[in-house]
Amino acid sequence: MASINFPLENAGFRTSEHSLAQILYRWIATTDHKKLGLMYIICMLLFFVVSGLMAVAIRIQLAVPNNHFVSPETFNQLFTMHGTTMVFLVGMPMVAGLGNYLVPLMIGARDMAFPRLNAFGFWAFLFGGVLLYSSYFFGAVPDVGWFGYAPLTSKIFNPGPSTDFWVLGVLVAGFGTIASAINVVATTVSMRCPGMTLRRMPMFVWVMLVDALLILVIFPPLAAAQIMLMLDRLTNSNFFNPAAGGNVLLWQHIFWIFGHPEVYVLIFPIFAIMSEVVPVFSRKPIFGKPAMVAAIAVIFFIGVGVWAHHMFTVGLSALSNTFFATATMLVGIPTGIKIFNWAATMYGGKIRYATPMLFACGFLLQFLVAGLTGIMLATAPFDWQLHHTYFVVGHFHFTLIGGLVFGLFAGIYYWFPKATGKMCSEFIGRLHFWIFLVGFNVTFIPMHFAGFLGMPRRVYTYLPGHGLETWNLISTWGVAIQIVGILLFVVNIIWGLWKGEKAGDDPWDAWTLEWAASSPPPEYNFEKIPVVRSGRPLWDLKHPTDPDWKFE
Amino acid sequence: MAQDWHLPDRGSVGILMLILTESVLFAMFVVAYIVYSGQSITGPSPKDVLNLPILATICLLSSSLTIVLAENALQKGNLANFKLWWLATIALGLEFLTATAAEWRHLILDENLTITTNLFGTTYYSLVGLHATHVLVGMIFLLIVMLASFLGRNIQRQERRVKFLSWYWHFVDAVWVVVFTVVYVIGR
Amino acid sequence: MFNPLTTPAKVEFNMGMLEFAITGAIFAVVAGLLIYTMIRFRRRPNDESGTEPPQIYGSNQIEAAWTVIPILIVFVIAGVSARSVWGVEDASPPANALHVSVVGHQFWWEVHYPGYNFVTANEIHVPVSHNRERATYFELKSSDVIHSLWIPELGGKTDLIPNRVNHMWMDPSEAGIFWGSCTEFCGVQHANMLLQVVVQEPADFDQWAAAQQQPQPVPTEISAGQKRFQAAACFACHTVRGTRFNGKLGPDLTHLMSRRQLGSGVLANTPANLQAWIVDPQQAKPGCRMPASKLSGQNLEELVAYLETLK
Repeated sequence: MASINFPLENAGFRTSEHSLAQILYRWIATTDHKKLGLMYIICMLLFFVVSGLMAVAIRIQLAVPNNHFVSPETFNQLFTMHGTTMVFLVGMPMVAGLGNYLVPLMIGARDMAFPRLNAFGFWAFLFGGVLLYSSYFFGAVPDVGWFGYAPLTSKIFNPGPSTDFWVLGVLVAGFGTIASAINVVATTVSMRCPGMTLRRMPMFVWVMLVDALLILVIFPPLAAAQIMLMLDRLTNSNFFNPAAGGNVLLWQHIFWIFGHPEVYVLIFPIFAIMSEVVPVFSRKPIFGKPAMVAAIAVIFFIGVGVWAHHMFTVGLSALSNTFFATATMLVGIPTGIKIFNWAATMYGGKIRYATPMLFACGFLLQFLVAGLTGIMLATAPFDWQLHHTYFVVGHFHFTLIGGLVFGLFAGIYYWFPKATGKMCSEFIGRLHFWIFLVGFNVTFIPMHFAGFLGMPRRVYTYLPGHGLETWNLISTWGVAIQIVGILLFVVNIIWGLWKGEKAGDDPWDAWTLEWAASSPPPEYNFEKIPVVRSGRPLWDLKHPTDPDWKFE
Repeated sequence: MAQDWHLPDRGSVGILMLILTESVLFAMFVVAYIVYSGQSITGPSPKDVLNLPILATICLLSSSLTIVLAENALQKGNLANFKLWWLATIALGLEFLTATAAEWRHLILDENLTITTNLFGTTYYSLVGLHATHVLVGMIFLLIVMLASFLGRNIQRQERRVKFLSWYWHFVDAVWVVVFTVVYVIGR
Repeated sequence: MFNPLTTPAKVEFNMGMLEFAITGAIFAVVAGLLIYTMIRFRRRPNDESGTEPPQIYGSNQIEAAWTVIPILIVFVIAGVSARSVWGVEDASPPANALHVSVVGHQFWWEVHYPGYNFVTANEIHVPVSHNRERATYFELKSSDVIHSLWIPELGGKTDLIPNRVNHMWMDPSEAGIFWGSCTEFCGVQHANMLLQVVVQEPADFDQWAAAQQQPQPVPTEISAGQKRFQAAACFACHTVRGTRFNGKLGPDLTHLMSRRQLGSGVLANTPANLQAWIVDPQQAKPGCRMPASKLSGQNLEELVAYLETLK
């Protein structure tokens, strides 16, 4: 499985021989999974910055009570667009981008099963995002929150087109997501290289497969709810019309049947990254691979049955509340098992703290905290106090930033050399990690206390004299520190592209197939389709006296 | 070893995943129909205005049979029979769609039942309409195949894709069995 | 919520304390092990051997252990949670319970006391209830979008949902004044949809209720302020019992001066604030449903004077 170093020209990067028009065309018309993957990641990072700036505005408004930084209307638009953007225009393209870039490389294929469908998925996502943001040009920015409860979203309470932009933008982007998911399933089932049985598939690919199946099951409920809402708004139908006997809780049920498993859709790729990064930098195979795969499957099955823990306060029966509380606690078990297995992977290893591993460690501790605050919220009686307070905001930002974003940085730093052929700076990476770690915790730990003191969420101001000022001010200061961290990340990426060391095929001494291709890989990925005998084909090559297939 | 490496056809996985995801979409509208059954405050109720669409159902379900016959003919290389049975499938699908349109015309103009009227109207039109849309999309692809074969293209080389289309068509028919049972049998 | 004064609040507090204990212990153990592992198994700087550590693939016994133990923990928490849920949700009102009905509006609270036949707004009075002998049972409804009623010391929150009746109860063991808020995003002034619950000793509560029951006394001649109330069309939205003013769109203003706050918790009830509120409520609560009156000078003074008589 020798690989040949291909010059950058053949990977589509700019050289003196190609005009700008030709290069643009190559990217806009591409069906190559690597280009599309990079396009997803780049767009995702741009939306991340925009949405992050909205969060900055939110925190400035909340730094002191009765602030006038933004009007109430603008504030409501800010948290709506911030949440909607982060979930649908940052989280989902991250799933698609990572999956589309890495899965074919990891299974020894030349591309995804349906390259043109892949392109469709990307452009649908981008079009949906543009549609959502065009609401700014029409002065009709959505302001109903990212989960827009009926009947606030009805034409009666929201007469202008802002809610329509919200529904349609997300719906269109959602079609792209479904297309992408179909593609991932077909690719992992039908395009694996010879010898790669399902057992030998890398953890990353397993997780992306389950993630895709989960998307296929939960995005239709979202689409259904959105179609019902649009029918109500456009044709005056009665899905969520109390005057006609409609039950507004129907929206909540259908939305959360999507909305809760959605958080697993978002975090699974991060689990996948962790299962690649932690072993390589601990120098040991993933501990308990079958248990890890089983855990993902169990989370899938239980995770689709816990949605009403978002509805503990709507007055469901004691039996319903108990069922959903118990199921929610149960889903914490396989998640915990994954943390234990990553810890066991590190135990007895020789851990190298390169930048990816630093972020992986940040993930482990912060996701643990998030899981535990989640258990606190899972118990319905305590949730009756904590629901819709800043405690919840703290909890889900710990899962999403402390977990997802930290894990994503681990993945980006890990695969950046593969995608670009260059190394980032370890020094800047270290600074990025520590500064962002401090800033993140300074902002989000106080939110748990604000929640304990009674601060509801989605409020543009709060009562002075109830102890909320201190925590809110501290949270806002943390934002300044996080901005420095993000800027360092941007600097590191630019530095890496411009001045970074040449990476070579396998800078981290890793074991999965993508490290056999050159950096960046040529358009056709592998000169010859590899044949594998174990889950760590490169380990086998590097350790011919001690190959994995003897022990698997 | 590489020669023995056989994985499922990616097209079959693709179409099966599409069917999976569409099933969940339909399930949501079926659930809405069931939840709102009998909850309308005003207006016509199902048993007042709905008649069993027997002919339309027979046509749609038979079209599943004719599409299988068309596929078998194609497999055997009998292009004339393939075209015959494929045309029959399209005709039967068309009958179903026109019958639905006629039923809706009657409901709107004579019975004053629209999607706005009450919960029954809302859930009925959305569920039956969603299904009819899927029949329509299937019909468009059936027509494309028919056009291709009549224009002399080599349909036999596309046997795989014809098979996947027929799976989609069977799915649409299976959904109709559910819709028919829920709306016209149980719901009345 | 850490100063629980009712049975539901205490149940929820105890649940929370159990949670803190268990999650705290789990955190200490797991984070401790993680940090230990992160430090103990670093690659030593002087390790030039280039050998890889022992490649361990897994252990069924360890997997079983750390699956079973969490299941047992969940069993315990779920059991306590179930008992607490039933205890709070399934409590039916005793015969002498006080019934209060709250209807949520954008952005204020309509409060009915059906047993006493009066309506008030934005301030709820309930009696102290030692040993649940005079607990208060709430019916919660909404006239528009979804709201949620939450007074942390007095219990967890319950939503007010259109076309649905929800229930909540409390038996406060101490008198006091407690702030509450709407905790379901309901539109532009969700942040300012606050309320106060005044818990009073039974004698004080009875006195308050009796006073609220009385309509406003009828004066021998209509005051200038009352004429102003009519001229400025205040009656279109507001009711003052004892007069012909019978508007149903906004808060009932009978006994307005007995309330501590204006605008559902936005301003303290002082003459200056009342004046400012009437001139333009959009200054203090932009987006609320009450339009600016644009009154000034003598007209404004007369109207405020009239309202000041609504004790």
